[in-house]
Amino acid sequence: METLSYRLTTQQRAGGSKSVALLGVVASGNLEVLVERVLPDMECQVEVKTAAEGFAAVWMAVVADFVERRSPGGLKLSINDGGARPDTVALRLAQAVRLIEEDDR
Amino acid sequence: MNTPNLPARQVSHVAIRETTSWYEASARERVRLLVDAGSFEEFIGPEQRETSPHLRVFDLPEQFDDGIIVGRGKIAGASVFLAAQEGRFMGGAFGEVHGAKFTGLLRAARDMKSIPVFILFDTGGVRLQEANAGELAIAEIMRALIEARAAGVKVVGLIGGRAGCYGGGGLIAGCCSALAISEQGRISVSGPEVIETNRGVEEFDSRDRALVWRTMGGKHRRLLGSASAFVDDTIASFRNVALHLITSAPGFDVSMLEVEQAGLEERLERFGACSDAMDIWRAMGISQAEAVPAMDAQDFIALMNSDREQQHDDQ
Repeated sequence: METLSYRLTTQQRAGGSKSVALLGVVASGNLEVLVERVLPDMECQVEVKTAAEGFAAVWMAVVADFVERRSPGGLKLSINDGGARPDTVALRLAQAVRLIEEDDR
Repeated sequence: MNTPNLPARQVSHVAIRETTSWYEASARERVRLLVDAGSFEEFIGPEQRETSPHLRVFDLPEQFDDGIIVGRGKIAGASVFLAAQEGRFMGGAFGEVHGAKFTGLLRAARDMKSIPVFILFDTGGVRLQEANAGELAIAEIMRALIEARAAGVKVVGLIGGRAGCYGGGGLIAGCCSALAISEQGRISVSGPEVIETNRGVEEFDSRDRALVWRTMGGKHRRLLGSASAFVDDTIASFRNVALHLITSAPGFDVSMLEVEQAGLEERLERFGACSDAMDIWRAMGISQAEAVPAMDAQDFIALMNSDREQQHDDQ
Protein backbone atom coordinates (compact mmCIF):
# COMPACT_ATOMS: atom_id res chain seq x y z
CA MET A 1 0.00 0.00 0.00
CA GLU A 2 1.14 3.51 -0.72
CA THR A 3 -0.19 6.69 0.91
CA LEU A 4 -0.18 10.00 -1.00
CA SER A 5 -1.38 13.43 0.11
CA TYR A 6 -2.01 16.60 -1.86
CA ARG A 7 -3.13 20.03 -0.67
CA LEU A 8 -4.09 22.58 -3.33
CA THR A 9 -5.57 26.05 -3.59
CA THR A 10 -8.85 26.36 -5.51
CA GLN A 11 -10.59 29.15 -7.46
CA GLN A 12 -13.83 28.93 -5.50
CA ARG A 13 -15.82 27.12 -2.86
CA ALA A 14 -17.66 23.93 -3.85
CA GLY A 15 -21.45 24.41 -4.09
CA GLY A 16 -24.14 22.84 -1.96
CA SER A 17 -24.44 22.43 1.79
CA LYS A 18 -24.04 18.71 2.50
CA SER A 19 -21.18 18.02 4.89
CA VAL A 20 -20.29 14.49 3.81
CA ALA A 21 -20.75 12.18 0.81
CA LEU A 22 -19.37 8.82 -0.23
CA LEU A 23 -19.12 7.41 -3.71
CA GLY A 24 -17.74 4.23 -5.25
CA VAL A 25 -16.60 0.86 -3.98
CA VAL A 26 -13.14 -0.55 -3.26
CA ALA A 27 -12.76 -3.34 -5.79
CA SER A 28 -10.24 -4.34 -8.41
CA GLY A 29 -9.88 -1.39 -10.81
CA ASN A 30 -12.27 0.71 -8.74
CA LEU A 31 -12.09 3.12 -5.80
CA GLU A 32 -14.16 4.91 -3.18
CA VAL A 33 -14.08 8.64 -2.51
CA LEU A 34 -15.18 10.07 0.84
CA VAL A 35 -15.84 13.81 0.59
CA GLU A 36 -15.99 15.98 3.71
CA ARG A 37 -16.57 19.73 3.86
CA VAL A 38 -14.02 20.52 6.55
CA LEU A 39 -11.48 22.93 5.03
CA PRO A 40 -11.29 26.71 4.45
CA ASP A 41 -13.28 27.76 1.34
CA MET A 42 -10.35 28.04 -1.06
CA GLU A 43 -8.47 24.90 -0.06
CA CYS A 44 -8.72 21.29 -1.14
CA GLN A 45 -7.00 18.22 0.19
CA VAL A 46 -6.77 14.79 -1.45
CA GLU A 47 -5.57 11.81 0.60
CA VAL A 48 -4.94 8.59 -1.32
CA LYS A 49 -4.35 5.06 -0.07
CA THR A 50 -3.64 2.89 -3.07
CA ALA A 51 -2.89 -0.78 -3.67
CA ALA A 52 -0.92 0.10 -6.82
CA GLU A 53 2.47 1.47 -5.77
CA GLY A 54 4.72 3.77 -7.79
CA PHE A 55 2.15 5.97 -9.54
CA ALA A 56 2.58 9.18 -7.52
CA ALA A 57 3.29 11.28 -10.64
CA VAL A 58 0.10 10.07 -12.35
CA TRP A 59 -1.97 10.75 -9.22
CA MET A 60 -0.52 14.27 -9.01
CA ALA A 61 -1.51 14.94 -12.63
CA VAL A 62 -5.06 13.57 -12.19
CA VAL A 63 -5.62 15.47 -8.92
CA ALA A 64 -4.26 18.77 -10.36
CA ASP A 65 -6.52 18.41 -13.42
CA PHE A 66 -9.52 17.64 -11.19
CA VAL A 67 -8.94 20.69 -8.96
CA GLU A 68 -8.51 22.89 -12.04
CA ARG A 69 -11.78 21.68 -13.62
CA ARG A 70 -14.08 21.32 -10.58
CA SER A 71 -12.69 23.84 -8.07
CA PRO A 72 -13.62 21.73 -5.02
CA GLY A 73 -12.92 24.47 -2.44
CA GLY A 74 -13.43 23.51 1.20
CA LEU A 75 -13.44 19.77 0.52
CA LYS A 76 -11.25 17.02 1.85
CA LEU A 77 -11.35 13.95 -0.39
CA SER A 78 -10.15 10.65 1.05
CA ILE A 79 -9.60 7.81 -1.40
CA ASN A 80 -9.28 4.06 -0.92
CA ASP A 81 -8.05 2.74 -4.23
CA GLY A 82 -8.12 -0.81 -5.54
CA GLY A 83 -5.87 -0.05 -8.52
CA ALA A 84 -8.23 2.05 -10.66
CA ARG A 85 -7.04 3.52 -13.97
CA PRO A 86 -6.55 7.31 -14.16
CA ASP A 87 -9.74 7.83 -16.20
CA THR A 88 -11.78 5.95 -13.58
CA VAL A 89 -10.18 8.05 -10.82
CA ALA A 90 -11.03 11.28 -12.67
CA LEU A 91 -14.63 10.11 -13.16
CA ARG A 92 -15.11 9.14 -9.50
CA LEU A 93 -13.62 12.43 -8.25
CA ALA A 94 -16.03 14.39 -10.46
CA GLN A 95 -19.00 12.20 -9.37
CA ALA A 96 -18.07 12.60 -5.71
CA VAL A 97 -18.03 16.40 -5.92
CA ARG A 98 -21.34 16.38 -7.79
CA LEU A 99 -22.81 14.19 -5.03
CA ILE A 100 -21.84 16.57 -2.21
CA GLU A 101 -23.04 19.57 -4.25
CA GLU A 102 -26.53 18.21 -4.99
CA ASP A 103 -29.53 18.46 -2.67
CA ASP A 104 -30.19 15.72 -0.17
CA ARG A 105 -32.43 13.08 -1.63
CA MET B 1 -49.22 6.88 -11.96
CA ASN B 2 -50.59 6.68 -8.48
CA THR B 3 -48.41 9.34 -6.87
CA PRO B 4 -50.67 12.29 -6.05
CA ASN B 5 -49.28 15.53 -4.63
CA LEU B 6 -45.73 14.36 -4.04
CA PRO B 7 -42.94 16.92 -4.36
CA ALA B 8 -40.97 16.56 -7.61
CA ARG B 9 -37.92 14.97 -6.04
CA GLN B 10 -40.01 12.26 -4.38
CA VAL B 11 -41.65 11.46 -7.71
CA SER B 12 -38.21 11.00 -9.24
CA HIS B 13 -37.18 8.85 -6.25
CA VAL B 14 -40.19 6.59 -6.88
CA ALA B 15 -39.52 6.48 -10.62
CA ILE B 16 -35.85 5.59 -10.17
CA ARG B 17 -36.81 2.88 -7.68
CA GLU B 18 -39.07 1.29 -10.32
CA THR B 19 -36.32 1.06 -12.93
CA THR B 20 -33.14 0.43 -10.94
CA SER B 21 -31.82 -3.13 -10.97
CA TRP B 22 -31.13 -4.53 -7.51
CA TYR B 23 -28.34 -6.69 -8.96
CA GLU B 24 -26.56 -3.76 -10.60
CA ALA B 25 -26.98 -1.28 -7.72
CA SER B 26 -24.38 -0.72 -5.02
CA ALA B 27 -25.35 -1.39 -1.40
CA ARG B 28 -25.65 2.37 -0.84
CA GLU B 29 -27.99 2.81 -3.82
CA ARG B 30 -30.14 -0.12 -2.65
CA VAL B 31 -30.55 1.42 0.79
CA ARG B 32 -31.16 4.95 -0.54
CA LEU B 33 -33.85 3.80 -2.98
CA LEU B 34 -35.45 1.15 -0.75
CA VAL B 35 -36.45 3.64 1.96
CA ASP B 36 -38.62 6.76 1.70
CA ALA B 37 -36.73 9.63 0.07
CA GLY B 38 -34.16 11.21 2.37
CA SER B 39 -35.15 9.13 5.41
CA PHE B 40 -32.00 7.05 5.90
CA GLU B 41 -29.80 7.72 8.91
CA GLU B 42 -26.56 5.72 8.98
CA PHE B 43 -24.98 4.39 12.17
CA ILE B 44 -21.15 4.45 12.30
CA GLY B 45 -20.94 5.97 8.83
CA PRO B 46 -17.87 5.98 6.60
CA GLU B 47 -16.72 9.35 7.95
CA GLN B 48 -15.97 7.61 11.25
CA ARG B 49 -13.43 5.43 9.43
CA GLU B 50 -14.09 2.29 11.46
CA THR B 51 -12.07 0.16 9.07
CA SER B 52 -10.75 -3.39 9.36
CA PRO B 53 -7.72 -3.71 11.66
CA HIS B 54 -6.62 -6.85 9.78
CA LEU B 55 -6.47 -5.97 6.09
CA ARG B 56 -3.49 -3.64 6.46
CA VAL B 57 -1.45 -6.57 7.81
CA PHE B 58 -1.95 -8.20 4.39
CA ASP B 59 -1.24 -4.92 2.57
CA LEU B 60 -4.81 -4.88 1.24
CA PRO B 61 -6.98 -1.79 0.73
CA GLU B 62 -9.67 -1.00 3.29
CA GLN B 63 -13.12 0.44 2.78
CA PHE B 64 -14.34 3.23 5.09
CA ASP B 65 -17.55 1.36 6.00
CA ASP B 66 -15.88 -2.10 5.99
CA GLY B 67 -18.32 -3.27 3.35
CA ILE B 68 -21.55 -2.85 5.31
CA ILE B 69 -24.04 -0.04 5.82
CA VAL B 70 -26.20 -0.16 8.95
CA GLY B 71 -28.82 2.34 10.00
CA ARG B 72 -32.41 3.33 10.27
CA GLY B 73 -34.91 4.61 7.73
CA LYS B 74 -38.60 4.76 6.96
CA ILE B 75 -40.55 2.57 4.57
CA ALA B 76 -44.06 3.81 3.79
CA GLY B 77 -43.71 6.01 6.85
CA ALA B 78 -42.79 3.25 9.31
CA SER B 79 -39.35 2.88 10.92
CA VAL B 80 -37.10 0.00 9.88
CA PHE B 81 -33.52 -0.99 10.63
CA LEU B 82 -31.35 -1.92 7.66
CA ALA B 83 -28.06 -3.75 7.19
CA ALA B 84 -26.72 -3.78 3.63
CA GLN B 85 -23.61 -5.65 2.48
CA GLU B 86 -21.53 -4.37 -0.43
CA GLY B 87 -20.83 -7.45 -2.54
CA ARG B 88 -18.14 -5.83 -4.62
CA PHE B 89 -15.84 -5.06 -1.67
CA MET B 90 -14.04 -8.33 -0.85
CA GLY B 91 -17.08 -10.26 -2.03
CA GLY B 92 -19.22 -8.73 0.72
CA ALA B 93 -17.36 -10.94 3.19
CA PHE B 94 -17.71 -10.81 6.97
CA GLY B 95 -14.79 -9.37 8.92
CA GLU B 96 -14.47 -8.16 12.50
CA VAL B 97 -15.82 -4.61 12.07
CA HIS B 98 -18.37 -5.63 9.41
CA GLY B 99 -19.70 -8.27 11.83
CA ALA B 100 -19.70 -5.96 14.85
CA LYS B 101 -21.83 -3.36 13.02
CA PHE B 102 -24.26 -6.11 11.96
CA THR B 103 -24.48 -7.56 15.49
CA GLY B 104 -24.94 -4.11 17.04
CA LEU B 105 -27.87 -3.36 14.75
CA LEU B 106 -29.62 -6.62 15.62
CA ARG B 107 -29.08 -6.04 19.35
CA ALA B 108 -30.58 -2.56 19.00
CA ALA B 109 -33.59 -4.12 17.23
CA ARG B 110 -33.86 -6.70 20.04
CA ASP B 111 -33.88 -3.98 22.69
CA MET B 112 -36.33 -1.73 20.81
CA LYS B 113 -38.61 -4.77 20.17
CA SER B 114 -40.95 -2.98 17.72
CA ILE B 115 -38.79 -2.06 14.70
CA PRO B 116 -38.38 -4.69 11.95
CA VAL B 117 -35.00 -5.38 10.35
CA PHE B 118 -34.18 -5.73 6.66
CA ILE B 119 -30.95 -7.53 5.82
CA LEU B 120 -29.71 -6.82 2.30
CA PHE B 121 -27.45 -9.85 1.88
CA ASP B 122 -24.61 -9.77 -0.66
CA THR B 123 -21.82 -11.98 0.61
CA GLY B 124 -19.48 -14.85 -0.17
CA GLY B 125 -19.13 -15.68 3.54
CA VAL B 126 -16.31 -15.08 6.00
CA ARG B 127 -13.34 -12.93 4.93
CA LEU B 128 -10.37 -15.30 4.79
CA GLN B 129 -7.89 -12.62 5.95
CA GLU B 130 -9.73 -12.31 9.27
CA ALA B 131 -11.26 -15.75 9.44
CA ASN B 132 -11.40 -16.26 13.22
CA ALA B 133 -12.98 -12.84 13.81
CA GLY B 134 -15.34 -13.46 10.89
CA GLU B 135 -16.47 -16.88 12.14
CA LEU B 136 -17.09 -15.42 15.61
CA ALA B 137 -19.05 -12.60 13.96
CA ILE B 138 -21.33 -15.12 12.22
CA ALA B 139 -22.06 -16.83 15.54
CA GLU B 140 -22.73 -13.49 17.27
CA ILE B 141 -25.01 -12.33 14.46
CA MET B 142 -27.05 -15.55 14.53
CA ARG B 143 -27.44 -15.30 18.30
CA ALA B 144 -28.44 -11.61 18.11
CA LEU B 145 -30.88 -12.36 15.27
CA ILE B 146 -32.60 -15.15 17.20
CA GLU B 147 -32.74 -12.97 20.33
CA ALA B 148 -34.35 -10.21 18.27
CA ARG B 149 -36.91 -12.62 16.83
CA ALA B 150 -37.62 -14.04 20.28
CA ALA B 151 -38.29 -10.45 21.41
CA GLY B 152 -40.92 -10.16 18.68
CA VAL B 153 -38.90 -8.47 15.92
CA LYS B 154 -39.45 -9.50 12.28
CA VAL B 155 -36.17 -9.94 10.40
CA VAL B 156 -36.51 -10.09 6.62
CA GLY B 157 -33.63 -11.04 4.30
CA LEU B 158 -33.46 -9.64 0.75
CA ILE B 159 -31.25 -11.56 -1.66
CA GLY B 160 -30.44 -10.58 -5.23
CA GLY B 161 -26.89 -9.24 -5.26
CA ARG B 162 -23.95 -10.32 -7.37
CA ALA B 163 -22.10 -12.13 -4.57
CA GLY B 164 -25.22 -14.14 -3.64
CA CYS B 165 -25.67 -15.26 -0.04
CA TYR B 166 -23.02 -17.85 0.79
CA GLY B 167 -21.09 -19.30 3.71
CA GLY B 168 -22.11 -17.77 7.04
CA GLY B 169 -24.48 -15.52 5.10
CA GLY B 170 -26.45 -18.64 4.14
CA LEU B 171 -26.63 -19.66 7.81
CA ILE B 172 -27.83 -16.20 8.87
CA ALA B 173 -30.41 -16.22 6.06
CA GLY B 174 -31.72 -19.52 7.47
CA CYS B 175 -32.37 -17.74 10.80
CA CYS B 176 -34.51 -14.95 9.28
CA SER B 177 -38.29 -14.67 9.68
CA ALA B 178 -38.68 -14.61 5.89
CA LEU B 179 -36.58 -14.23 2.73
CA ALA B 180 -37.30 -12.55 -0.60
CA ILE B 181 -35.12 -13.56 -3.54
CA SER B 182 -34.77 -12.62 -7.20
CA GLU B 183 -33.67 -14.88 -10.05
CA GLN B 184 -30.11 -13.56 -9.74
CA GLY B 185 -30.04 -14.33 -6.01
CA ARG B 186 -28.34 -17.47 -4.75
CA ILE B 187 -28.39 -19.03 -1.29
CA SER B 188 -26.08 -21.77 -0.12
CA VAL B 189 -23.45 -22.45 2.52
CA SER B 190 -20.69 -24.04 0.44
CA GLY B 191 -20.27 -22.23 -2.87
CA PRO B 192 -19.87 -23.98 -6.24
CA GLU B 193 -16.06 -23.68 -6.32
CA VAL B 194 -15.77 -24.93 -2.75
CA ILE B 195 -17.84 -28.04 -3.51
CA GLU B 196 -15.89 -28.76 -6.67
CA THR B 197 -12.54 -28.29 -4.89
CA ASN B 198 -13.47 -30.67 -2.09
CA ARG B 199 -15.60 -33.28 -3.85
CA GLY B 200 -14.50 -33.13 -7.49
CA VAL B 201 -16.02 -31.97 -10.75
CA GLU B 202 -18.21 -35.09 -10.96
CA GLU B 203 -19.96 -33.95 -7.79
CA PHE B 204 -20.43 -30.34 -8.88
CA ASP B 205 -19.12 -28.54 -11.97
CA SER B 206 -18.78 -24.94 -10.79
CA ARG B 207 -18.35 -23.68 -14.35
CA ASP B 208 -21.76 -25.03 -15.35
CA ARG B 209 -23.70 -21.82 -14.66
CA ALA B 210 -27.08 -23.41 -15.42
CA LEU B 211 -26.35 -26.10 -12.81
CA VAL B 212 -25.27 -23.49 -10.26
CA TRP B 213 -28.44 -21.46 -10.73
CA ARG B 214 -30.89 -24.34 -10.71
CA THR B 215 -29.24 -25.72 -7.56
CA MET B 216 -28.73 -22.51 -5.56
CA GLY B 217 -30.61 -19.80 -7.51
CA GLY B 218 -33.70 -17.82 -6.62
CA LYS B 219 -36.28 -19.90 -8.49
CA HIS B 220 -35.20 -23.17 -6.88
CA ARG B 221 -35.01 -21.60 -3.41
CA ARG B 222 -38.53 -20.26 -3.87
CA LEU B 223 -39.88 -23.59 -5.18
CA LEU B 224 -38.32 -25.45 -2.25
CA GLY B 225 -39.85 -22.96 0.17
CA SER B 226 -36.55 -21.72 1.67
CA ALA B 227 -37.48 -18.28 0.34
CA SER B 228 -41.03 -17.11 0.98
CA ALA B 229 -41.19 -14.71 -1.97
CA PHE B 230 -39.77 -14.43 -5.48
CA VAL B 231 -39.36 -10.92 -6.86
CA ASP B 232 -38.38 -9.19 -10.07
CA ASP B 233 -34.92 -7.61 -10.11
CA THR B 234 -35.94 -4.04 -9.27
CA ILE B 235 -35.64 -2.13 -6.02
CA ALA B 236 -39.37 -1.39 -6.12
CA SER B 237 -40.22 -5.13 -6.30
CA PHE B 238 -38.02 -5.88 -3.31
CA ARG B 239 -39.59 -2.99 -1.39
CA ASN B 240 -43.19 -4.08 -2.07
CA VAL B 241 -42.54 -7.67 -1.09
CA ALA B 242 -40.47 -6.70 1.98
CA LEU B 243 -43.36 -4.58 3.24
CA HIS B 244 -45.72 -7.52 2.82
CA LEU B 245 -43.32 -9.97 4.53
CA ILE B 246 -43.01 -7.81 7.67
CA THR B 247 -46.65 -8.54 8.41
CA SER B 248 -47.01 -12.06 6.95
CA ALA B 249 -43.79 -13.64 8.31
CA PRO B 250 -44.27 -16.01 11.22
CA GLY B 251 -43.35 -15.08 14.77
CA PHE B 252 -40.84 -17.08 16.77
CA ASP B 253 -41.89 -19.78 19.20
CA VAL B 254 -41.76 -23.53 19.74
CA SER B 255 -44.75 -24.32 17.56
CA MET B 256 -43.24 -22.40 14.62
CA LEU B 257 -39.98 -24.33 15.04
CA GLU B 258 -41.90 -27.62 15.11
CA VAL B 259 -43.76 -26.72 11.92
CA GLU B 260 -40.46 -25.81 10.25
CA GLN B 261 -38.79 -29.03 11.41
CA ALA B 262 -41.71 -31.11 10.11
CA GLY B 263 -41.48 -29.29 6.78
CA LEU B 264 -37.77 -30.06 6.48
CA GLU B 265 -38.33 -33.73 7.32
CA GLU B 266 -41.07 -33.95 4.72
CA ARG B 267 -38.85 -32.30 2.13
CA LEU B 268 -36.07 -34.80 2.80
CA GLU B 269 -38.48 -37.69 2.54
CA ARG B 270 -40.04 -36.49 -0.71
CA PHE B 271 -36.93 -35.27 -2.51
CA GLY B 272 -33.98 -36.90 -0.73
CA ALA B 273 -33.37 -39.32 -3.60
CA CYS B 274 -33.40 -36.65 -6.33
CA SER B 275 -30.03 -35.96 -7.90
CA ASP B 276 -30.91 -32.72 -9.69
CA ALA B 277 -33.14 -29.73 -8.97
CA MET B 278 -35.19 -30.51 -12.08
CA ASP B 279 -36.07 -33.95 -10.64
CA ILE B 280 -37.40 -32.15 -7.57
CA TRP B 281 -39.52 -29.80 -9.68
CA ARG B 282 -40.99 -32.77 -11.57
CA ALA B 283 -41.67 -34.56 -8.28
CA MET B 284 -43.49 -31.42 -7.15
CA GLY B 285 -45.80 -31.82 -10.11
CA ILE B 286 -44.65 -28.76 -12.03
CA SER B 287 -45.76 -29.56 -15.56
CA GLN B 288 -43.18 -27.46 -17.40
CA ALA B 289 -40.14 -28.21 -15.23
CA GLU B 290 -37.75 -27.88 -18.20
CA ALA B 291 -39.08 -24.40 -18.90
CA VAL B 292 -38.48 -23.06 -15.40
CA PRO B 293 -34.84 -21.90 -15.82
CA ALA B 294 -35.59 -19.76 -18.91
CA MET B 295 -38.92 -18.45 -17.62
CA ASP B 296 -39.00 -14.68 -17.06
CA ALA B 297 -39.76 -13.33 -13.62
CA GLN B 298 -43.40 -12.41 -14.29
CA ASP B 299 -44.23 -15.85 -15.72
CA PHE B 300 -42.50 -17.55 -12.82
CA ILE B 301 -44.40 -15.45 -10.28
CA ALA B 302 -47.62 -16.37 -12.14
CA LEU B 303 -46.62 -20.06 -11.98
CA MET B 304 -46.03 -19.79 -8.23
CA ASN B 305 -49.41 -18.10 -7.76
CA SER B 306 -51.30 -20.67 -9.84
CA ASP B 307 -49.51 -23.40 -7.90
CA ARG B 308 -50.66 -21.83 -4.65
CA GLU B 309 -54.25 -21.61 -5.91
CA GLN B 310 -53.99 -25.29 -6.80
CA GLN B 311 -52.94 -26.10 -3.23
CA HIS B 312 -55.87 -24.05 -1.89
CA ASP B 313 -58.24 -25.96 -4.18
CA ASP B 314 -56.78 -29.25 -2.95
CA GLN B 315 -57.50 -28.23 0.62
